[in-house]
Amino acid sequence: MSRLSNENVTLARTIISRYPRKRSALIPLLHLAQEQEGWVSPEAMAHIGELVDMTSAEVLGTASFYEMFKRQPIGKYLIGVCTNISCMLVGGYELLDHVSSTLGVVVGQTTSEGLFTVEEAECQAACSDAPCLQVNYRYFGRMDPAKVDDLLDDLRHDRLEDIVPPHGTLSRVRQKIGDPRQADAALSGEARP
Amino acid sequence: MTVTNPDKIVFARMHHPDAHTLGGYLATGGYTALRKALGDMTPEQVHEEVTASNLTGRGGAGFPAGVKWGFLPPEVHPRYLVVNGDESEPGTCKDRQLLERDPHQLIEGSVLTAYAIGAENVFLYVRGEMALAQERMATALNEAYQHGAVGERIFGSDFSVDVVLHWGAGAYIVGEETALIESLEGKRGMPRIKPPYFPAAKGLYFQPTIVNNVETLSNVPWIVRHGGQAFAGLGGGRATGTRLFSLSGHVAQPGNYEVEQHVTTMRDLIYDHAYGDGIRDGNEFKMMVPGGVSAPWLFEEHLDMPLDADEATANKTMLGSGAVVVMDHTTCAVRAAWRIVRFFAHESCGKCTPCREGTTWLERILWRIENGAGRPDDLDLLLDVCDNISPGLDWPPKMTTICPLGPSAPSPIYPSINKFRDEYLTHIKEGACPHG
Amino acid sequence: MADTQQASETVIVTIDGRSVHAKPGEMVISAAERAGLYIPRFCYHPRLEPVGMCRMCIVNIDTGRGATLQPACVIPVAEGMMVDTVEAGVKKAQDGVLEFLLINHPLDCPVCDKGGECPLQDQTVAFGPGESRFVEEKRHFEKPIPISSLVDLDRERCILCDRCTRFAKDVAGDPLISFVERGNETQVLNFPDEPFSSYFSGNVVQLCPVGALTARPYRFKARPWDLEAVESTCTSCSVGCRVEVQSTQNELVRLVGIDADPVNHGWLCDKGRFGYEAVSGSARVVDPMVRAGGSLAPSSWAAALTAAADGIRSAIDTTGASSVAVIGGARLTNEDAYAWARLAKGVIGTDHVDAQLDDGLPAGLVQGLPRATIDDACSASVVVLLGPDLKEELPVLFLRLRQAAIEGGVHLVEISPAGSGLSPYAMVSLIHAPGEAGAIGQALASGSSDDVAGVAAADIATARDLLGLASGGTPADVVCVLGRPSVAEPATSVEAAVAHLAPAVGSFKVLPALRRANVMGALDAGLAPGLLPGRTSLDSGRQTFTQRWGSVPPEVGLDTAGILSAAADGRIGALVLLGADPLADAPDPELARQALTAARYVVAVDAFHTASAQEADVVLPVATIHEKDGTTTNLEGRVSTLGHKVTPLGTARPDWAVASELARRLGEDLPWIDETEIWTELESVSACHTGITLDVLSDPAWRDGVPAPIPAAGVTIAGVGELPSGAVAAASDEAAGEGDGGSRAADVGSAPLSERPSPITYSPSAGTPELPVRNGYDLRLVAGRRLYDGGTAVTNSPSLAVLAPGSTARLSRYDADRLGVVDGDRVRVRNARAAHELDVEVSGLVARGSIAIAFGQPDGVAASFIDGIVTDVTVETL
Repeated sequence: MSRLSNENVTLARTIISRYPRKRSALIPLLHLAQEQEGWVSPEAMAHIGELVDMTSAEVLGTASFYEMFKRQPIGKYLIGVCTNISCMLVGGYELLDHVSSTLGVVVGQTTSEGLFTVEEAECQAACSDAPCLQVNYRYFGRMDPAKVDDLLDDLRHDRLEDIVPPHGTLSRVRQKIGDPRQADAALSGEARP
Repeated sequence: MTVTNPDKIVFARMHHPDAHTLGGYLATGGYTALRKALGDMTPEQVHEEVTASNLTGRGGAGFPAGVKWGFLPPEVHPRYLVVNGDESEPGTCKDRQLLERDPHQLIEGSVLTAYAIGAENVFLYVRGEMALAQERMATALNEAYQHGAVGERIFGSDFSVDVVLHWGAGAYIVGEETALIESLEGKRGMPRIKPPYFPAAKGLYFQPTIVNNVETLSNVPWIVRHGGQAFAGLGGGRATGTRLFSLSGHVAQPGNYEVEQHVTTMRDLIYDHAYGDGIRDGNEFKMMVPGGVSAPWLFEEHLDMPLDADEATANKTMLGSGAVVVMDHTTCAVRAAWRIVRFFAHESCGKCTPCREGTTWLERILWRIENGAGRPDDLDLLLDVCDNISPGLDWPPKMTTICPLGPSAPSPIYPSINKFRDEYLTHIKEGACPHG
Repeated sequence: MADTQQASETVIVTIDGRSVHAKPGEMVISAAERAGLYIPRFCYHPRLEPVGMCRMCIVNIDTGRGATLQPACVIPVAEGMMVDTVEAGVKKAQDGVLEFLLINHPLDCPVCDKGGECPLQDQTVAFGPGESRFVEEKRHFEKPIPISSLVDLDRERCILCDRCTRFAKDVAGDPLISFVERGNETQVLNFPDEPFSSYFSGNVVQLCPVGALTARPYRFKARPWDLEAVESTCTSCSVGCRVEVQSTQNELVRLVGIDADPVNHGWLCDKGRFGYEAVSGSARVVDPMVRAGGSLAPSSWAAALTAAADGIRSAIDTTGASSVAVIGGARLTNEDAYAWARLAKGVIGTDHVDAQLDDGLPAGLVQGLPRATIDDACSASVVVLLGPDLKEELPVLFLRLRQAAIEGGVHLVEISPAGSGLSPYAMVSLIHAPGEAGAIGQALASGSSDDVAGVAAADIATARDLLGLASGGTPADVVCVLGRPSVAEPATSVEAAVAHLAPAVGSFKVLPALRRANVMGALDAGLAPGLLPGRTSLDSGRQTFTQRWGSVPPEVGLDTAGILSAAADGRIGALVLLGADPLADAPDPELARQALTAARYVVAVDAFHTASAQEADVVLPVATIHEKDGTTTNLEGRVSTLGHKVTPLGTARPDWAVASELARRLGEDLPWIDETEIWTELESVSACHTGITLDVLSDPAWRDGVPAPIPAAGVTIAGVGELPSGAVAAASDEAAGEGDGGSRAADVGSAPLSERPSPITYSPSAGTPELPVRNGYDLRLVAGRRLYDGGTAVTNSPSLAVLAPGSTARLSRYDADRLGVVDGDRVRVRNARAAHELDVEVSGLVARGSIAIAFGQPDGVAASFIDGIVTDVTVETL
């Protein structure tokens, strides 16, 4: 439970500068907090409120509206199994049952060693690869119980670290607009054709 | 079979493994439309080509893009372009493919549109749960800035625009354009009241704003390159060009397919070898979601309906987001309807009463019926609660709500009760789901 | 002509077949309501931005493209619009919404505070289904949770109308509650450990259309149908918010804001709303007390009055009438104040009379400059804030000005030693060194290329631009909110600023920001040195009042500071404290203590056992607000009625009755048998009250109060039309002879306007005393007030007493860094007079070199330091 790190505050200010109004940066900053800690703590919400001139209550109002912001610590890997119509038709619920029973947790809970949290998910936009699931929002499509077993084994043994970063990290590529180096490049004109 | 297999437009690069890189994009004609527009065309001319193409919004509402751009009040600045990449309509997965596999095409389309409408900023709102799409878009934007295709004095012209990549965080309702704008303002993604009716007049920060869908904008480079007439020459009626359909459910070959509008039928899409290749395991077709789960269901008698928005309206439904979910005879209609309604209940923003309370109530009644606790009055109750959200249960729906989410919940209910009333009654009578 | 004008200003719409004239831009729901057609609603509130969320007001609206179901609260009227509010489809939709609202609403009406006055309950009884079709389990939340120390929230009852959250964000500017979660789980909530500690939190209870938000002081106290109510005016401060005062079984239980358009828009601050608790508090004086054998002991009224009169008589006899002094009176009614003015100046013959306690402004400065109304300020192009923190001292004026700045485009220019709650909304805040507002005023008037009194030249230039004083500009019409920003700097500081600014700008009107409830009424009644009733001077009014009263004092007397000094020097024979507690309120409590000790006889006329009353020789208990009739005057000069709701505690009497009794014992009969006769006498002689008769005051059309004087241009009253002041004066002159309005003031007729002494005019002085040279290590004190303080209203209201924050040391970032301290660190603050350990608060609103410590906190820290025209202190780290 902590505020944003100094490095992330610098990044936060860069992100804020991209928008005509500070508060537009709220959702990106909540993602940044989640990337730092794996969840969004009250301290982080209050800190972000200071950065974008909102009260903590307003930050909570926004944060709690969106599914992805976890206001309690969760596992390193968030497994979201889609059960919406396209997946349900081809075994989404059976897949969810398999994941939760294999991990020995009820849907919504985290395994005791803190590695996995299981969620029932709404449509993940991978309907043509149904049934599908996401681990930290990385897709695994056309799944079946055997593939789930392999996947869990790979995750447990850190074999997918290149594909699946810990929970909280979404894009591992940052847009460079507003980045000082980008500005330098623009000034020198070297990036221009 | 009337598959015309035209030159693919938005999916033209899908066979190219490196299309998502700047190199791959440039090698396949990328950014030539933008150079052409900035070099040879006025913003008005770009706008005119898009109007001439009759390109319609591909996100669900199907409004002509050129007409929408025309709603911008002249001389009011700053104005914004917001790209709606919050694809979340169940059954729909086409925009994600465009974002992941051809991000530069969207950037080029966005910059062209910003040029046409005079936008100072583009905000590219990508759904939060699409990590790969975000990485591909961020990489592509960094490349595009380096290439001079975005930013200050694009390709040496006088035109400058920034494209800011923004992520959502998991809320279906944010696909509604005013909710998207609220979300982009850092707020809870709750739709705004109407009036004002169009964000074009008062949108982001109450400035003029155009919100366009990913697929819509991805068509713009092709239209600029080939002319609006070339686009309008494909398809028929008011349904010009091609559009993407996400085909899922009980078909042998689920996938995203680009088809020529109007001349292709629903039956083609489901049964043609180039597309769905028929029902899996040789099963029988039972029903389908024709355009995302917000669309009222269609049945066997509708299979020959051309893929044309006006035809869908005539059949009291819509092609919406282009998501076709096919259900075979093993599917329980009550369970399928319940799962869709549960989605709407879960995704209701909670702002207006009929949606917040009504969708939840409908879900609980359907759950009872599916799980053997249905009561004889339940079908009348279901229809009456639906009617209190969407009076008259007609299409396009009348609404007691602020936005169309609430009135979408009845979409699976009343068509399925009309068609499979006996199946519902069996659940109630036997106290169990006949499909086990 | 009139018809043409009306046609151009109205939109004609058809509602249920009736042709309705609506205002352009008006929402259908309000046009219908004015036409007598009530469309049910829950989220709509005329003072909040419409959100169209509850959908209860759905009606059929046809603007030429076919009828569609639309919420009447968000659709503006349009010419030719057809509205149907009763058609079957409309009824079904509305019934559907009502059913949706009820499916998760608990069936706890019998134990709900709102039961009996609940719109949801009323709608349900009138139109709801007899039986629920909802067989599922209702939504559950933990039953009432406190969202602040004053307000409880029951989320099960909440219908998510957004009224409380809209109020908090849009009106109060305290978005400390928000919708949290989503969809069916949506709830209103504060952030964990950050309560809804808004000064305006009680308004959300009043706004809540169900019983979700309840006031902790009122919970389970009464059922609405047992309440008795009377309209009144809040006297927590001088804004004069209109209120309904409610009681049950002779006990005050609730105050509800009334929507007075020119004043409070229905809003109240929490101090005003909950301060009624003090009325029945244990600190009330219930019987007269007379000092006997060194201590105060209960006495009969006759004995106490005689003792008090003897004390005053003895002073007059031994050292002359000018050895009698009266301080206080700002908490009295207008009638009480007039009676005491007449007693002091006409009967006793002293002019050492001051309603202010050395913490306000010279009476002439606030009475003798052109006066602005709140509406004037809210429609001015520029408002200069030259006074206290309005959020702390005049909270509802803060709300009005905040709204005017945000929505009305009014430019705020703040000149202050420590910023305020309005600083975030000001175009520019000139935070100057304590006591040096005059230099800022001069720089604004004349320009400056240098920094002045710690304010950057660039900020002064910005302010000059806004005021139209930069070269090429047109001087702006300015409303100046004028008061005393800090009791640790002299009143000459702001007076000098006015002296420079007033002649420089286009026009200059003053909205006085003196906080005590009826300070303006007391000054209007003559409770100030050199003044007589009607804002006239001793000299101008001498002839008239000698005729009326028999005599007036020969020369201008002392103000409170002078009286206290004279008393301390042994020159005051009898000191009357008229609801005044100088030990707590005077900037220099040490001087006050010496004064009370050295004054030969001290009479305290008070409702409360204050610290000063404890030192008196006789204490005469008086009735408080809500216990008596009368009128009060707000900071605009608006006269409004007070409601008498409960009987006075013990044997307490109104202040005017005490004055009458004392006068009789001093040998003069004052001719009144009730307060209405006093008012009639005041109206008959005061130029600024001309026309404000008892009839006018009791006319429902003047429910919001009557500005005194009635503006020259006439005032437009909703439903009555324009009432030109000339007509009022003439009518008044004519009627006065007949003793209309219940007047029995037989000994005085109403003076024709020409014979009424004219109000004073005032020329502010630019002169300021030389301030001591600053020592580079010391910090100069700013002592403004906080809403919750050590005053009688707060300390005697249990719900509010706990909210007084106590003293802290507010420092600029610069000085905090220099000292190496951060928020929450403890420092020692000391000067020659006192030393205290305080918590540090770093503030962007405090100037470098200044330290802000709130005045009047129960711990008395700020007052203990004050030792001169400005006060310097040293801050040491621990």
